[in-house]
Amino acid sequence: MRVHVDSSKCQGHNRCYALAPELFDVDDLGNAFELNDGIVPSGLEDKARLAVANCPEFAITIED
Amino acid sequence: MSETIYGPVTDWATDFDHGSPAYNNNIHQIWDDLKAADLVKEIAYDPTRFSSLTPVVQQLKPSEALLEDPDALGAPIGPVPPISSDPPFHADARRLLLPAFSPKVIDPLRKEVEEICNKLIDDMGDVDAIDAAVQYTQHIPVLVVAQMVGLPLSDADRFRGWVDMVLGGIGAERSEERLAQFMAMDEYLTKHIEEHIANPQDDLTSYLLDAEIFGEKLSPRHVFGTILLLIIAGIDTTWSGIGSSLWHLASNPVDRRRLVENPGKIPMAVEEFLRAYAPVTMARMVTDDMEFHGVQMKKEDRVLLPFPAANRDENQFANPAVVDIEREENRHAAFGLGIHRCIGSNLARLEMNVAIEVFLKRFPDFELDTTEQVTWSTGQVRGPRNLPFKIKARG
Ligand code: HEM
Repeated sequence: MRVHVDSSKCQGHNRCYALAPELFDVDDLGNAFELNDGIVPSGLEDKARLAVANCPEFAITIED
Repeated sequence: MSETIYGPVTDWATDFDHGSPAYNNNIHQIWDDLKAADLVKEIAYDPTRFSSLTPVVQQLKPSEALLEDPDALGAPIGPVPPISSDPPFHADARRLLLPAFSPKVIDPLRKEVEEICNKLIDDMGDVDAIDAAVQYTQHIPVLVVAQMVGLPLSDADRFRGWVDMVLGGIGAERSEERLAQFMAMDEYLTKHIEEHIANPQDDLTSYLLDAEIFGEKLSPRHVFGTILLLIIAGIDTTWSGIGSSLWHLASNPVDRRRLVENPGKIPMAVEEFLRAYAPVTMARMVTDDMEFHGVQMKKEDRVLLPFPAANRDENQFANPAVVDIEREENRHAAFGLGIHRCIGSNLARLEMNVAIEVFLKRFPDFELDTTEQVTWSTGQVRGPRNLPFKIKARG
């Protein structure tokens, strides 16, 4: 599983970083990006889905 | 059904008043009727046709207001950047503030907020009846913002007065008293900025005075507007968010017990309180005559952005009328959508989480005191202004 933040949609709501800091980080402006090329270590799939389900701008996508 | 409750807004002074019983008693019905997730998104994402110049509705149109105060900053900056700014200026005015409100700067403030909350509860003394709005929720955001901006904490009541004046003054624009209040505020903040120019401090005011936009220092007028914005945007809103959450917990003992027994669930619950009781409705101004979804709109018409209604759209939320503190899918719009996303959202979330955590720890059991009245704010920010509680247990 891989996650990806579309930086043109992200407005820095910071939900992904709050819910899944293992998968996402934020820059100095508060905009999010995926860690480790977006690769989701096994066991963290639910956290990845939670991040997607809580992004108000629909900026995160998951690839299986 | 809806026609009997409310009609189109023709007069911003009296028609849009959720402090009136007709509005407040039917507020969920009104939000449900608006079913607004897609429309809110469309307007929020379209700053070209919907300008932010007047994000709080007022009787005067911007062209009239500029005639009265020619010094006011017009489009695309607006009087209180960046909330009143449009692209392309908006992005630069916003970028200045973002680093000061990023999660990594805000998270370490947790201890300070905890101290503020605990002290407010200590100050209540050993009583079994409190007003949680008057004695608790209203103070937390003022103290936090004053500390950040470098304003004396002892003047906190005065700042709250300004917020009331700016947000609650719809329809009172021209009154002498209001004008005098505005001048007093102007004088106070101008002096605050001058003192910081002479004597820079380690706070947000000095940070802004030192910041540059397009290779030039910000004008004192810009700094003034932004500080005023932080006071206005940061206080009423967070006070309302904390208050609505505590009101819910006082009225729903099952949810209260779940959070007392399992404080780890508070962050998820806070998101649900933000969805269900979203404190903020914004406004936009139509930039040109046009038709929008079959509605004729005229230049300088106002449009409300009801984020609370967007949060109850069943196309986006399962069982939106149910407050479910463990809701897993929650893309609520309480902090707005698009380029104006609340800059203070990380701070507001921290304050809400800590305020609820501390309150539940100190008062694990409480309920509404039904012999007293819960009252709600008026205007575009909605939250309880009186919260009479009976305290039934202390932690
Ligand atoms: C629960 C508390 C809060 C809520 C519900 C809230 C809500 C909002 C909303 C909906 C917007 C979008 C405005 C628009 O689209 O026109 C906004 C913008 C803003 N908020 Fe908040 N807010 C809260 C707390 C705060 C705090 C604590 C601060 C700072 C101290 C703050 C500062 C701002 C600023 C500066 C903007 C303008 C952003 C821009 O225009 O780019 N807010 N807020």
